[in-house]
Amino acid sequence: MTVESRLQITPPDLDLAVLAEREGLLDVAVGRVDTPVGELIVAATEKGLVRTSWFDEEATMQELSARISPRIFETPTRVDPIRRQLDEYFDGARRQFDVAIDWVLVGQWARKVLAAAARIPYGEVSTYGAVAAEAGSPKAFRAAGTALGQNPVPVVVPCHRVLPAGARTIGQYTGGVHIKEHLLQLEGAI
Amino acid sequence: MVLPPFPSLVEEHRTAVWGYLVALVGRADAPDLYQDTVLSALRAYPKVHDASNLRSWLLSVAHSRVVDRARARARRPEVLGDPPEHSSPVVASERDDELWSVVADLPEKQRHAVVLRFVGDLSYAAVAELTDTSEAAARQNVRAALARLRKELS
Repeated sequence: MTVESRLQITPPDLDLAVLAEREGLLDVAVGRVDTPVGELIVAATEKGLVRTSWFDEEATMQELSARISPRIFETPTRVDPIRRQLDEYFDGARRQFDVAIDWVLVGQWARKVLAAAARIPYGEVSTYGAVAAEAGSPKAFRAAGTALGQNPVPVVVPCHRVLPAGARTIGQYTGGVHIKEHLLQLEGAI
Repeated sequence: MVLPPFPSLVEEHRTAVWGYLVALVGRADAPDLYQDTVLSALRAYPKVHDASNLRSWLLSVAHSRVVDRARARARRPEVLGDPPEHSSPVVASERDDELWSVVADLPEKQRHAVVLRFVGDLSYAAVAELTDTSEAAARQNVRAALARLRKELS
């Protein structure tokens, strides 16, 4: 071996997630769930589930790093319970999620709209107008649509159960309408 | 400016930080200081004001850890014959003790330059900046160090 190559020792490989957890500095934990319609990224703070995303892991991590904290790590532990529930949901074995949600990414109005969407039972649907009314602003169906489009935790908070009035189309869905279609079919709503 | 996720930060700069620590404190002490540095950086990270030169920031965190450890050691001198704090199960030949003992004996400028260059994988420009010399001097120091190492290790 040349002297140069003997000098080229590499740094220790630290498990950053373990270190962060030990220090109580694991601000955001990230994991992935395989679903029939693609990979769902899930992220949780200490307060609860903060994000589910149909976009790729790197993009999601950058987003959450900027919006919540750059102390963000891919690690199973904190997100395993919600991952299991999502697996069960996509298998048709679960109709309701039992998880604390950290609403830090949404403002007050959006929270009201999303809480109204969360009250729509499995297998049923509602309209943007009805959800807007439930959130306290019956005329604001467009704003309700926008708030639903900004749902930080799709699937778990069922913005997919909200359709335009008249139901000629199933409406829009961040991540792709085919996903909304799959979820509604899974639930037996369409 | 936006801070990158901490794991990306470490991924990008880990080699440079490691090289810097091996240059300053030697092969044996570097692993502990590396972990100290990463932990320190983790604690301070969200408070970083200037995201434009994160490598510089990390190296200054590393430097602080080196200084702190030197102070702690000065207050608590080690008794001769104490076993090393973190003895490794890896055998001496795998750790390449022979190489690192010759490196430790190099004059400081040569030692720093050759370690920053080959362990830290830093450019000559970066080596020059960190050792407060010219690029030409950095190259010369590396050349001289390699010549000495080759001679002592043949």
